[in-house]
Amino acid sequence: MATAVLRASLVAVGLVWTLAVQTVQAEDVKRYVVEGSRAAGLESCVEPTERIRRQHMEFIKHQRIATVHEGIRTEKYSLSGCVDCHISYDQERVPRPINDPDQFCGACHAFAAIDLNCFDCHAAVPNGARLDATAIAAHRAAGVGPLVQSRRDGEDH
Amino acid sequence: MKDENEAIDEAVDPSRRAFMGVAAGVTAAVVAPGVLLHAVAAAPRSEPVTADVRWGLLIDTAKCVDGCSACVAACDRENGLDMQSKPESQSPLKWDSQKAVWIRKVKLQDNQTGRVTTLPMMCQHCEHPPCVDVCPTGASFKRADGIVMVDRHLCIGCRYCMMACPYKARNFIHEAVHGQLTAVPRGKGCVESCNLCVHRRDFGEESTACVDACAAEGHHAIVFGDLKDPASPISQLLKDMPSRQIREDLSLNTGVRYSGV
Ligand code: SF4
Ligand code: SF4
Repeated sequence: MATAVLRASLVAVGLVWTLAVQTVQAEDVKRYVVEGSRAAGLESCVEPTERIRRQHMEFIKHQRIATVHEGIRTEKYSLSGCVDCHISYDQERVPRPINDPDQFCGACHAFAAIDLNCFDCHAAVPNGARLDATAIAAHRAAGVGPLVQSRRDGEDH
Repeated sequence: MKDENEAIDEAVDPSRRAFMGVAAGVTAAVVAPGVLLHAVAAAPRSEPVTADVRWGLLIDTAKCVDGCSACVAACDRENGLDMQSKPESQSPLKWDSQKAVWIRKVKLQDNQTGRVTTLPMMCQHCEHPPCVDVCPTGASFKRADGIVMVDRHLCIGCRYCMMACPYKARNFIHEAVHGQLTAVPRGKGCVESCNLCVHRRDFGEESTACVDACAAEGHHAIVFGDLKDPASPISQLLKDMPSRQIREDLSLNTGVRYSGV
């Protein structure tokens, strides 16, 4: 009898923990969704969360061929789409590179010990509208350099 | 990019719309299909590019002004090339020859007559591109619509294509790059060259950065368009005025043509 009670309470504690962890994870993920972005209005990403977590690299690998070689820009999957919805901003509203070790891409890749270089070439922040030449020159003159540095995922972790 | 387009849609001033509505009056039914067509053309591409079009440029060297480099500046800006900075250890001379440029202004002089011509020189988008022939990985490729470009995912940076190109059109990125534009990825160890503003093509825009800049200066020396469409302005011009390919002896059938050379 005692063992049964113990077992039941252990199960209960376990369940509570699982729930708690899931809540934390959900909140963690929410932190990475830009308000008013496409992702904010969706139940999950462009695929169910479990699929996108495991297979996002396959999806965007397929998409890159369609885009680079065939010029298709309306694919469901898109790396710049990840950046658009999942970027976060610091207090000054400056976007944090998405591959920083505490950001959407970088945090997970650092945790999984994966060293990727997508953002050696791709913009790690939404960078469609850009600083004009004078602003860049001013930054350089002030020694600030580019505001946003690209680096390998999880570097400095 | 999609978001940007939506932003453009939203930016339409409602009062202007109302005015247009009144002004158009009964002709609205006629105007609407045109507007609709335009909207469709400006949407991001959802079908693979086809060989029904071949993009090209016609450069009228008589209109190209010595000392003007508006096209070069516009290209640098459009494609994020103006964000390159000289590594501290490098001499200015070396940097000048190594930094990536997609368009160069070239000056030609006929030594017998002394006649000087200036022209912008970029990737000529060859129909039979030597850079594609030599690439060991398939990174250098020609899109169905005639644009020759590099798939950086495949490029190993061997630089064979730079050797093979008769026009010195290709550039190697020697240093790590920061702050890239979303539309123009760029990274250390890959080769790149003019891609006829491929992002503009795929989002249905009508010209290239260099063409716009040249026109804004009032020179109109560069015309962009579809070489396969006999009705396009570029085809009409090619039909009317004498033009040449640079190094036509190589039989590469370039997509960029020059008149007055
Ligand atoms: S001009 Fe040079 S880079 Fe361009 S297609 Fe021809 S060989 Fe290739
Ligand atoms: S540098 Fe890149 S694109 Fe050029 S030949 Fe080598 S692999 Fe091909």
